[in-house]
Amino acid sequence: MSKITITVNRTEQVLEVEPSLLLVELLRETLRLTGTHVGCDTSQCGACTVLIDGSAVKSCTVLAAQADGAEIVTVEGLAKDGELHPIQRAFSAEHALQCGFCTPGLMITAIDLLGRNAAPTDVEIRHAIKGNLCRCTGYHNIVNAIRSAATEMRGAATPVKAPAEVKR
Amino acid sequence: MTAATPTTYIGTRTPRKEDPKLIRGRGVFTDDVTLPGIVYVSLVRSPHAHARIRRIDAAAARKEPGVVTIVTGKDAEATGVLPVFITVPGLNGTKHMPLATDKARYVGDAIAAVVADTRQAAKRAADMVTIDYEPLPVVVDGTKALEPGAPILHEELGTNLVFTYPVKGGDIDKAFRDAEATVKLRIVNQRLIPNAMEPRAVVAKFEAGELTVWTSTQIPHFVQLILSVNLGLSQNKVRVIAPEVGGGFGSKLQVYAEELLVAHLAKTLGRPVKWTEDRREGYLATIHGRDLVEDVEVAAKRDGTVLGVRIRTVANMGAYLQAFAPGIPTILHAYIIPGAYRIPAFDCEIRGAYTNTTPVDAYRGAGRPEATFAIERAMDRLADEIGMDPAELRRKNFIPPDAFPFATISGITYDSGDYVPALDRALEMADYKNFEKRRAEAKARGKFRGIGLSSYVEICGLAPSKANSALGVGWGGYESARIRVHPTGAVQVFTGTSPHGQGHETSWAQIAADAIGVSPDDIEVRHGDTFESPGMGVGTFGSRSLAVGGIAVHNAAQKIREKVIQIGAHLLEASPADIVVQGGKVFVKGVPEKSKAFGEITMAAYLASNLPEGMEPGLEATTYYDPPNFTFPFGTHVAEVEVDPETGSVEIIRYSACDDCGRQINPMIVEGQLHGGITQGIGQALYETAVYDANGQLLSGSMMEYHVPTAANVPPFALDHTVTLTKTNPLGVKGIGEAGTIASTPAMVNAVIDALSPLGITHIDMPLTAEKLWQAIRKAGEARR
Repeated sequence: MSKITITVNRTEQVLEVEPSLLLVELLRETLRLTGTHVGCDTSQCGACTVLIDGSAVKSCTVLAAQADGAEIVTVEGLAKDGELHPIQRAFSAEHALQCGFCTPGLMITAIDLLGRNAAPTDVEIRHAIKGNLCRCTGYHNIVNAIRSAATEMRGAATPVKAPAEVKR
Repeated sequence: MTAATPTTYIGTRTPRKEDPKLIRGRGVFTDDVTLPGIVYVSLVRSPHAHARIRRIDAAAARKEPGVVTIVTGKDAEATGVLPVFITVPGLNGTKHMPLATDKARYVGDAIAAVVADTRQAAKRAADMVTIDYEPLPVVVDGTKALEPGAPILHEELGTNLVFTYPVKGGDIDKAFRDAEATVKLRIVNQRLIPNAMEPRAVVAKFEAGELTVWTSTQIPHFVQLILSVNLGLSQNKVRVIAPEVGGGFGSKLQVYAEELLVAHLAKTLGRPVKWTEDRREGYLATIHGRDLVEDVEVAAKRDGTVLGVRIRTVANMGAYLQAFAPGIPTILHAYIIPGAYRIPAFDCEIRGAYTNTTPVDAYRGAGRPEATFAIERAMDRLADEIGMDPAELRRKNFIPPDAFPFATISGITYDSGDYVPALDRALEMADYKNFEKRRAEAKARGKFRGIGLSSYVEICGLAPSKANSALGVGWGGYESARIRVHPTGAVQVFTGTSPHGQGHETSWAQIAADAIGVSPDDIEVRHGDTFESPGMGVGTFGSRSLAVGGIAVHNAAQKIREKVIQIGAHLLEASPADIVVQGGKVFVKGVPEKSKAFGEITMAAYLASNLPEGMEPGLEATTYYDPPNFTFPFGTHVAEVEVDPETGSVEIIRYSACDDCGRQINPMIVEGQLHGGITQGIGQALYETAVYDANGQLLSGSMMEYHVPTAANVPPFALDHTVTLTKTNPLGVKGIGEAGTIASTPAMVNAVIDALSPLGITHIDMPLTAEKLWQAIRKAGEARR
């Protein structure tokens, strides 16, 4: 076991971890942050993508111990004070999700892209997200959503409206 | 549509009610479910495609730390057999147990289940189970499996032949005698791996005599039914929950071995049990799709009039029959091969074969993409043969609009259709008439440019229960809905459908909202829990949910509406005929101030002190809707591509589609279904294939070897639609879930072959990978030298 200090969704945690524990297992099983998904075992699908120190990383390829000292953001940490991140609003407004399984990873990858390139072309968007597989949407509306979020984040447009959360 | 029902919400791009939880990471998928004391299952799977099981030695594995139990087929016979819901005449079925006892019949066949305290311990122990196998000769190819001397998978049958399924109409011999032109082609419709993004998972607990199972399924009610029957539990003591389901595409349209095993283990151990599929395990143990070899012949006149179609097909069914497998290459394939065309003679025979491969069942489109690919490739070959424009050939043979209802030569009746406007619109969107200029311009740049189209008719709305029965489907094709209006006016819709991305929570709310005059925001749609829903739900597959389940919701909502009108008329002292239900209010026509709020009416229904004479208190409705016919969506898709002769790679320049699914409830969702469907069809055309070696090892056994299309592989899509309402149901809706997949594969292949036609290339089997095209281009070049 090794002791690590990590910040997850703006909360610092000190944890004892097995050396073989994957970051995605730490997030899903230890911290019960189940919004990050596991869709494959070969790092192809990107469903497990999280932000590590601001960069999108597939958390199935990182040991929890390697994340010592890192700042991690998962899908659960995208909204701040109940306010959705523009990428979350855009994904809903543009119908960029169907089953929703790949969505957290895709939104995280998009945030990474928009952090590096505030005004990506559609071709740049498509290349940036090609490590995240989606079987439902054909990517058409995902590209639209990322373009629309980019516009909003540059402050050029009115925010896209998203529905309120339904209690069930 | 009932004349009195306004369509305030139907037809609008209502934002999805599903999204808020999913974009926040709060959707609960099966693997997210955890329970105190839970134990984990890992399955020991055969590494051999065909082998006798001589001995299973689990002694060492049992001693591993954390191991709770290890069961083999003999210990787990109480699970009963895996169900097959469809039979066809002369079907050679087998007894398919969740754990194989005598023989392993494909790589991935489960032999033993290891249960341990942690996932890791279960896996470690599973690796230590030693099985003494006697390897047997292997057959992986459907055609070879039917040849004399092929290794037999199921000795008790004495043959690998699963069925022979003929569908005939008209005089096929005369058609070929009278033919002025014939074309013949062999189509390999390759095996695909569905790849829903969420791997399968099952969690079960057994407490106080009650079994609860969470499972990633498209058919929770069938899972409940089979668990109840097989495990000997009263059906009211079995609760099956399909929580968020991360895609299905047919791959979760099953009652799987793991569902029976995990439930059985939870029941016998008295502890909650979980199994989650690894992706590589899923490639072996979750059903595959397609895998047909089809010999197609078309007889025609020189003017393009098609006289007859003959087709001989071998369907590779894999090692065992899964739930719906016998119906896919037969019922859902054979009858729709004539497609959009008036064909006077049809002769089809399909043979199914057992092979040492993963079982094959429904994958998006399920039989209909194969049918459409066969006829649409054949139409292009015929156009080429007689020197006619492919679009004009299609137009010439289309069933004319005044011929509906049209009885096809294969024996089904299309209620409605109007194919020319969709063709014309798609051609216009694709700027088809100026294509040759673009081909010449590309040629000047050293690229091969091609255009291809496909016109399809789909069979959806599965299915009239009587038709099901006549076709050998062992269950009705209805769907159920229950609407509960609470005293305060809160509305809950419980549906028998089981969505996994299709947005039923939104579309069903739109349908109910229009009928009962409230906003979709005020309606909660619940699904996938057998303890909440009506007695039986059939589930979500075959583009059936809207045309059957949506109509059940509509009908239930009409019952609520009727009662609201009766109560409103009574309270407002007006005639029911003058009552309007709209905008959360019930009022007298032309006198909007003479009104009651919806909540006042619903409260009155439960206070029950002032109701019309003889009316029962309460406000609930349950309906079962059995459709009188299938529905037949149609359309035309056009793909334009460029092939780079230096690399063989295909670039999709433009993709245009005009589809007709009848009335659209939520156009945003319709478009999303098309985008995803088209992409899956492009995947089959260009990238995807499940490859076995001669020993039955799956070479494309992970996402590294099997290419699921990425965002960089597909273009944006230009979509439009025509609206031809079906008369089969009151909303005129037909279904759109599979249309994209059905249409896009032949459109893509026709486009690539058209691009390479200057080289004399007339056919290349899918997937049209860069390497395959590069080889074909080289070979054609050498032949010309």
